[in-house]
Amino acid sequence: MERHRIVIPDVVIVFAGDSGEGMQLAGVQFAHTSALRGNDIATFPNYPAEIRAPQGTLAGVSSFQLRFGSFEVLTPGDQCDVLVAMNAAALKTHLHLLKRGGILIVNEAGFDRRNLRLAGYPEAENPLTNGSLSDYQLIKLNISQLVGAALADTGLSVREKERMKNMFVLGLLAWLFGRPLETLEELVTAKFRARNPEIAAANSRLLHAGYNFGETSELFASRYEIPQAELAPGVYRSISGNEALVLGFVVAAHKAGLKLFYAGYPITPASEVLHQMSNLLSYDVYPFQAEDEIAAISAAIGAAFGGHLGVTATSGPGFSLMSETLGLAVMLELPLVVCDIQRAGPSTGMPTKPEQADLLQALYGRHGEAPIPVLAAATPADCFQTAYEATRLALHWMTPVIVLSDAFLANGSDLWRIPSVESLPPITPPFATEEHKSNGVFHPYQRDTRGVRPWAIPGTPGFEHRIGGLEKEDITGNVSYDPLNHERMVQLRAAKIEQIAAELPPQTVTLGEPEGELAVVGWGSTYGSIYSAVQECRAQGLPVSHIHLRYLNPLPRNLGQLLRGFRRILVPELNSGHLTQLLRARYLVDAKAYEKVQGIPLTVSELVEVIQERIHHD
Amino acid sequence: MTEALHPSVSAKDYASDQEVRWCPGCGDYAILKQVQTVLAELGVPRENVVFISGIGCSSRFPYYMGTYGLHGIHGRAPAIAYGLKITRPELHVWIVTGDGDGLSIGGNHLIHMLRRNMDVTILLFNNEVYGLTKGQISPTSRPGQRTPSTPWGSFEHPFNPVALAFGAGATFVARTMDRDLAHMRSVLKRAAQHRGAAFVEIYQNCPVFNDGAFFAYTEKESKPDNALFLEHGQPLVFGQNRDRGFVLEGTALRLASFSDGLPANLWIHDETDRTKAALLVQLLGTPDDGLPRPFGVLYADHTRPTYEELLAERRQHLVQHHGGGDLSALLRGKNWWTIGS
Repeated sequence: MERHRIVIPDVVIVFAGDSGEGMQLAGVQFAHTSALRGNDIATFPNYPAEIRAPQGTLAGVSSFQLRFGSFEVLTPGDQCDVLVAMNAAALKTHLHLLKRGGILIVNEAGFDRRNLRLAGYPEAENPLTNGSLSDYQLIKLNISQLVGAALADTGLSVREKERMKNMFVLGLLAWLFGRPLETLEELVTAKFRARNPEIAAANSRLLHAGYNFGETSELFASRYEIPQAELAPGVYRSISGNEALVLGFVVAAHKAGLKLFYAGYPITPASEVLHQMSNLLSYDVYPFQAEDEIAAISAAIGAAFGGHLGVTATSGPGFSLMSETLGLAVMLELPLVVCDIQRAGPSTGMPTKPEQADLLQALYGRHGEAPIPVLAAATPADCFQTAYEATRLALHWMTPVIVLSDAFLANGSDLWRIPSVESLPPITPPFATEEHKSNGVFHPYQRDTRGVRPWAIPGTPGFEHRIGGLEKEDITGNVSYDPLNHERMVQLRAAKIEQIAAELPPQTVTLGEPEGELAVVGWGSTYGSIYSAVQECRAQGLPVSHIHLRYLNPLPRNLGQLLRGFRRILVPELNSGHLTQLLRARYLVDAKAYEKVQGIPLTVSELVEVIQERIHHD
Repeated sequence: MTEALHPSVSAKDYASDQEVRWCPGCGDYAILKQVQTVLAELGVPRENVVFISGIGCSSRFPYYMGTYGLHGIHGRAPAIAYGLKITRPELHVWIVTGDGDGLSIGGNHLIHMLRRNMDVTILLFNNEVYGLTKGQISPTSRPGQRTPSTPWGSFEHPFNPVALAFGAGATFVARTMDRDLAHMRSVLKRAAQHRGAAFVEIYQNCPVFNDGAFFAYTEKESKPDNALFLEHGQPLVFGQNRDRGFVLEGTALRLASFSDGLPANLWIHDETDRTKAALLVQLLGTPDDGLPRPFGVLYADHTRPTYEELLAERRQHLVQHHGGGDLSALLRGKNWWTIGS
């Protein structure tokens, strides 16, 4: 039967199930397929910190949120149109995300007495039968049974079949949303073909079974069509924030003609950077798993002293361990990039959940006067540009640079228009030359007109010098305890970092008028939510603009002036108002925070409400 | 390390123009001089030499060398050396540390550097006390030592640095002393020539906070009875009259005294024998127990490849089988598509 096709601009799907049920894989493959189909995408994986939390429990639920659309998709969506719940715990933890009237696909086999008990439903209470889900289009399927039947003639064990349930669901959704089955099949089987052809064949069969089930079962009255997005011409791929960071550093090192030394210590959610780097030995990447974060950043400094690009990435706790060594990097004035992929803290906190509460640590969390440039990435794909720009600044200005990302960007992915390497700005480190000698003597702290010292590397005759953590005498770099020299050096180091702002583009509004009633100011991963909310409010006729900051230190030189052009300033952050404090202190403006510290991203709808309230009731 | 012949250089060529500022009588002066002498003897071009240190009296060392140098932060010298050696394996990297810097705050990095066997030379100046912070106990301080932080006498069990290094998988373990210049020079030279992480514990007298800590081993009168000088292929003999030595009984060292020539069953030092080295590093005699303390090269493994060699091998293998890095292929990844022309 040819079903009626409804054209919709976008759809949000959440796959939720036990952490061993392949929800992440299903989500990733569906996202890839949609991107290849020409839609813009945004994803948000949400998984427990435990590798295999007890089956069927609320703690063990892993989910993957995917949004694809025919316009520029900036967030994975506040709520979903489709929720796939593989068991009772998945339903309980994710039902709040499903829109009223949304499609709810459940695996009935995951709602037996044991599953219901583990999910904490009262005795003899089954949400599938008690009418509590009447607000939704409930599709009850015994997926385990359907999978068993489809694979009856294979030699696969029950356990193996159970693990492939996700493929049946993927097939069904591919039918429902007009996704090309061949693409999905190619992606899925490519993963298993070499390793296990039998599993690959079974996966493929289940994709077809799910697809055909949609076609024949008459469960759905209509199918949906999401037209292709209008994207600028170019080469595209989907990319996660951590992948984009890695590529940004690899390309930056290549452009600078340096080896890329990457040191890391395993920590969620930064480990993926170490894994990716470790796969790039043949790209002049030198990956190193250090014994702790202190060793990681110290090793990166060692590489920098040797004349190469040193990079490390970590998360909050590891970043704290690195702070002493950041002080050394400031003193040495060597190039270095440190990425803090923030997660909910303090301490171990909630390691897989996003938060922006390391901003003040990044800006100030050091001993002594130790200014360091700080940049934040806005989207997963933007991590590439941020890494590239951070490297460029580190090498041009001989300074450590901090890059802030978070768990939302690190694991989430979006569409990336791949830049041509040639189009990126050149990177030329200030290597020492004979011109840096006076009377034949090389002085390591003889600065150029920008305040930058030359980079002389071991192996170069005639440039032998010693640097270290003790205060330097201006110009010669010799150890000095002179009070006025110390003050001067503090000022010179600070002036150099401030000087960077002179070469940065002036801050502009991301959306809306450059002055007016309300500016919503954000930084980092909240970009998509804030932009979307401002867009929505402007469509309602509200006088609101969006200002998004990439550079947190030094701040753009015109920022104060720009902010003073607005009557009110609202600063939504996933912390207790870090940027708000900074803007108030720096510019004496009445910035007001909107704080959220729940380990989850800002939603567009909550921001819309806050903006409306600020405009109407303040 | 490979040698580059550099004729007519002297120790002075490796000194910097900075005034040396250790306390008068400090053992560090002698070590500095011998290191400069060894570099001159080996003729390593000074631009290819890097000294890395942490914090403490010993860690001021790089400032006095006319080579490249990095005075780091407390305990992190080996960690800084990782990145330098991995990206610049051709450099001669020396790590100068002390018993506090290398065994307390930096203990973690030291053992991992040794385990990884990067091609570096590690000099641990052991004076059994914190000097720069004014005399507190260190991880090598002896029980009973009275210091500002142990006014009642320390009751902590000390590390035995050579045993620790050996246990961590060092491929070269040696001990020498600041007051025997010839011995120190020969050990330092061996260490500098070792391919891999060479660990040298140097007994260094702190005249201010722990004067005479090693006099039993370093002074003319007591040295022969307390210091056992090891030489590869030679029997383990010591004593004023060279009338004492060791024989191996099962898995134990037994002290033997003799009057008419050397007994045939005396232990012959074989620095490459791991089992014997395990016993030697544990031999920590004191004047009280009548046992000597060994000096010289306790262990040397010439076979284990260095970290840098293994990494280069992996890289070469990958490039051979998968080709060098194609940047545009890397950026595109597995799934990419084109929109428009």
